[in-house]
Amino acid sequence: MKQSPLSALFWRELRIARSVGGGGSMGLVFFLILVSLTPFAIGPDLNLLSRIGPAILWIAALLATLLGLDRLFQSDADDGSLDLLLTASTPLELLVLVKCAAHWMATALPLVIASPLLGLTLAMEPASLAGISLSLLAGTPALTMLGAIGAALTAGLRRGGLLMAVLILPLATPVLIFGVSSAAAASGGTVPFHIPMLILCALSLAAVAGAPFAAAAALRARDA
Amino acid sequence: MLKYANPTNFLALAGRLIPWLAAASALLLSVGLYLTFFVAPDDYQQGSSVKIMYIHVPSAWLGMMSYMVMASAALGTMVWRHPLADAAQKAAAPLGAAFTLLCLVTGSLWGKPMWGTWWVWDARLTSVLVLFLIYLGLIGLWQTIEEPAQAARAAAILTLVGVVNIPIIKFSVDWWNTLHQPASVFRLGGPAIGGSMLWTLLTMAMGFTVLFFMLYFMAIRNEILRRRLRRLSIDAAHAEEKSEVLV
Repeated sequence: MKQSPLSALFWRELRIARSVGGGGSMGLVFFLILVSLTPFAIGPDLNLLSRIGPAILWIAALLATLLGLDRLFQSDADDGSLDLLLTASTPLELLVLVKCAAHWMATALPLVIASPLLGLTLAMEPASLAGISLSLLAGTPALTMLGAIGAALTAGLRRGGLLMAVLILPLATPVLIFGVSSAAAASGGTVPFHIPMLILCALSLAAVAGAPFAAAAALRARDA
Repeated sequence: MLKYANPTNFLALAGRLIPWLAAASALLLSVGLYLTFFVAPDDYQQGSSVKIMYIHVPSAWLGMMSYMVMASAALGTMVWRHPLADAAQKAAAPLGAAFTLLCLVTGSLWGKPMWGTWWVWDARLTSVLVLFLIYLGLIGLWQTIEEPAQAARAAAILTLVGVVNIPIIKFSVDWWNTLHQPASVFRLGGPAIGGSMLWTLLTMAMGFTVLFFMLYFMAIRNEILRRRLRRLSIDAAHAEEKSEVLV
């Protein structure tokens, strides 16, 4: 059976992410470590932890997503397959979108699934656990897509990793704000849950629609 | 107008304009400072600390204007790939960062006596801080990529993505009802501040704007010269290599 180029790329990305050193599971371990370090830093007060739990999980998810992103284009730039993608007849924007989708499946989806378990260790309530999973599910696509712009801009640079964080984190502020506020709204509060949640979905949709163009332009700019 | 897209013509124009801009900004800023300290009244609640406004508000405007100037240059880079647009883009980032930092620092100094705190996580303050961080990221990007044309295109993409922050800053005081006061000069129904205060503010804003353009032209000129120097040193290295081969 002949595969379409896009699905072939999707499965290739997933295989690379799953292989040893691909970084897919490393992000999850990093997430786990970040979340479990926080109680050591602020003390084991369960009331405080359950109140700031959504914020801890969101910050950890943001950093864990960021950690895996340098692999998105860097390894392809190193081994030359990025040049093949650039010269392919399939539009680069679509290829970027597919790469991001596979990357999201491999790195962000495990975080979404693991977040309620980690939320339990932070003494979060059931409504709050559902809220954090839903808000991460809705918000992480925006993080991956924004990160793709940063990864494309810094692909092939020697000191790219830290620079990418500096470029992307300010732009990720709105996602963080509405992610945490929708997770907090799930466990009661003055704002109904759906308002920050819908804004979060809108941010993700806008990022999915717009970021592939910026990332593709950045990849073309590397050697034009 | 198109004539000045040629870097050499631009250098000549900048050389003629810079002394005039310097004189105009010195004049406007001295008149503005005189008005600030001797004419504009103290606020009936805030006392004389209201005078920080005459520095704070113009630097906030300039911080945003620099970004829009930089974004226009970024469009020039993306559409025409013109080296002058690259230079105009690169020169705007440090200036914008400086004005934004000035705005944040003066705002903080003003906030301490008025709000009782150096900093609050209010929508306006946070979005201006994000603007400052974007400027710093752009400066980092310029410094990391060595090839100037490639750096210009990368910075242009990031600049254009970051434009979303500008309307957020402008409307943050209307969308979120927080501590920072809403717009009082450019608003429907005319300015909400009175005569001598408005004139002082506008004079200072003009002075800041002219100062910005003077510094901006100087920075673009430096960037063009820096690029010529780079070109010359590369050519010299090539020539040296060639002569070694011949010998």
